[in-house]
Amino acid sequence: MLKLENVSTHYGKIQALHDISLEVKQGEIVTLIGANGAGKSTLMMTICGDPRASSGTITYKGRDISKEPTDQIMRTGLAVVPEGRRIFAGMTVEENLSMGGFFTPSKRYKDNMELVYELFPRLKERENQRAGTMSGGEQQMLAIGRALMSNPEMLFLDEPSLGLAPIIIQQIFEIIAKLRDEGVTIFLVEQNANQALRIADRGYVIENGHIVLQDSGANLLVNDEVRNAYLGG
Amino acid sequence: MKSTFYSALFAAVVTLILTCLMLGVNLKTEGIALTVSMASEGTWSMIIGAVLAVFLFQLFREKLADMINLPSLPSADHFIPEGKKGEKLKQLAISFVIAGMIIWPFFASRGAVDLATLTLIYIMLGLGLNIVVGLAGLLDLGYVAFYAVGAYTYALLSLYYDVSFWVALPICGALAALFGFLLGFPVLRLRGDYLAIVTLGFGEIIRILLNNWTEVTGGPNGISRIPKPDLFGLEFSRRASEGATTFHDFMGISYNSSHKVIFLYLLAVLLVIVTIYVINRLTRMPIGRAWEALREDDIACRSLGLNPTVIKLTAFTMGASFAGFAGCFFASRQGFISPESFVFIESAIILAIVVLGGMGSQLGVILAAIVLTVLPELAREFQEYRMLMFGLLMVFMMAWRPQGLVPMKRPHLELKTNE
Repeated sequence: MLKLENVSTHYGKIQALHDISLEVKQGEIVTLIGANGAGKSTLMMTICGDPRASSGTITYKGRDISKEPTDQIMRTGLAVVPEGRRIFAGMTVEENLSMGGFFTPSKRYKDNMELVYELFPRLKERENQRAGTMSGGEQQMLAIGRALMSNPEMLFLDEPSLGLAPIIIQQIFEIIAKLRDEGVTIFLVEQNANQALRIADRGYVIENGHIVLQDSGANLLVNDEVRNAYLGG
Repeated sequence: MKSTFYSALFAAVVTLILTCLMLGVNLKTEGIALTVSMASEGTWSMIIGAVLAVFLFQLFREKLADMINLPSLPSADHFIPEGKKGEKLKQLAISFVIAGMIIWPFFASRGAVDLATLTLIYIMLGLGLNIVVGLAGLLDLGYVAFYAVGAYTYALLSLYYDVSFWVALPICGALAALFGFLLGFPVLRLRGDYLAIVTLGFGEIIRILLNNWTEVTGGPNGISRIPKPDLFGLEFSRRASEGATTFHDFMGISYNSSHKVIFLYLLAVLLVIVTIYVINRLTRMPIGRAWEALREDDIACRSLGLNPTVIKLTAFTMGASFAGFAGCFFASRQGFISPESFVFIESAIILAIVVLGGMGSQLGVILAAIVLTVLPELAREFQEYRMLMFGLLMVFMMAWRPQGLVPMKRPHLELKTNE
């Protein structure tokens, strides 16, 4: 579904990604784990077209999107839950969701809204509350719900567990697994390697802009290198 | 009983406000100064009598209805959900205000009506800038440029091509919108302070251009004898121009120069109502939400497939078009415009209106526009200290109520549980 071949990205003269190749197949959860500054978020943003890849090709559903403008890419069945949630704090929950469904045809819009509320009953309760006044976990749910409003075939999640309580993280990951079961392909960027690898079909490990390891989630979870570096031994 | 008491009180207050404004105070022009004076004691006692009468009647309406055995009016209140009640009250209040605004000029002095017209122009400008600054969060310090574009468009069209006000009005809006669009392009990549500086520069460019393009715009001499708007071809002058009829001839009444003032005022009221309506609709439409979303977080906007470029451009364009309408009206009201009318301080005042009122809040902007145009007029003897007071007001506002007089409130429903 999504394929990166030898993708490099530069911030000015500094090279952030070195010849990254990876693939996400339909219906999979693929996770990308790595330390701070390894290039996880850069990789995700490169796929979205900002910053642009300086070399290599990014193919999504058989089409090269490496030269397409960001807003175009984001309207082709791909949705992002950005790092740090980035919900519209001053707007209500419902309005946040409506922004997510901005390009959704009005016929589907209502159904989507209902699906999101079904997935996150908590959001339904807070429909008319300002999003900024909710707890971190609820905001993360909102960010995911907002992304789902556009009926994505593929969902990018950038550190959904950031700054959340363990019990909430658990819930969020359950939801992610549930989404995969409903047919959404998921690309998950995480620092919380333990949780991410548990639900992932496959995983990639990124270090200093290089992919250093790739394997199934279960294998990576027991891999000694990974255990030492990311799972605290 | 309690609810009838409140509704009676409400009716009495509305009566009081309306009668006070219409009958209770007199605004008089003495020379160039405007003075406020109380009406005679007789009038006041009549006002108080009327207010009491309304209060008592509303309070005992049901009892009265019982006494004379009339079927009492069915109360619709029980059928309306909580949220809708406020809506109904709001509609009622709005109709009262509009009715009051339309009736008022026939009782007020000419100077007061003239001042009100000016205030309405500022309300329109404030509402327009509110789109750019308040909703989309783009700090625009050169807003007066679009106002100038609108004013000069009408002035030049009427000077060279004899275009009437009504034909010129949409052209002014469209041309100002075009300028907004053009300004939008270079500033798309800028934000915050940088954006403010570029827009400031743009405002100055327009003014300097108007000042120096003497062959066309008349330079610092400005353009005079700009025709006033007409009412379906009826003119408001003492003598009709060739082939036209004047309003007083048509109506068979004697000429009175205040007709023109009142007509201009009513026209301004109409323009403001249209402006409020259109902007209100826009904010409820997806594009209005997109403006707010962009102000809140542009990265999130991009992640949702929204194009910030397009959103910013629409905000600039829409905002500018309202300044264009206001400018057109301003030119026709003044009859004379020069680059002097479009200096930076005007931009600053309009921006102050938006900030003082509460960013994004329409009601706030309207109140602030009234405060900032009426107060200086009433305090004419302190004219030298005007800017000082202005500055102090802004400083105190920022210290006490940084969110503005009436902070923007999002449409909000509260759920009440009956337990």
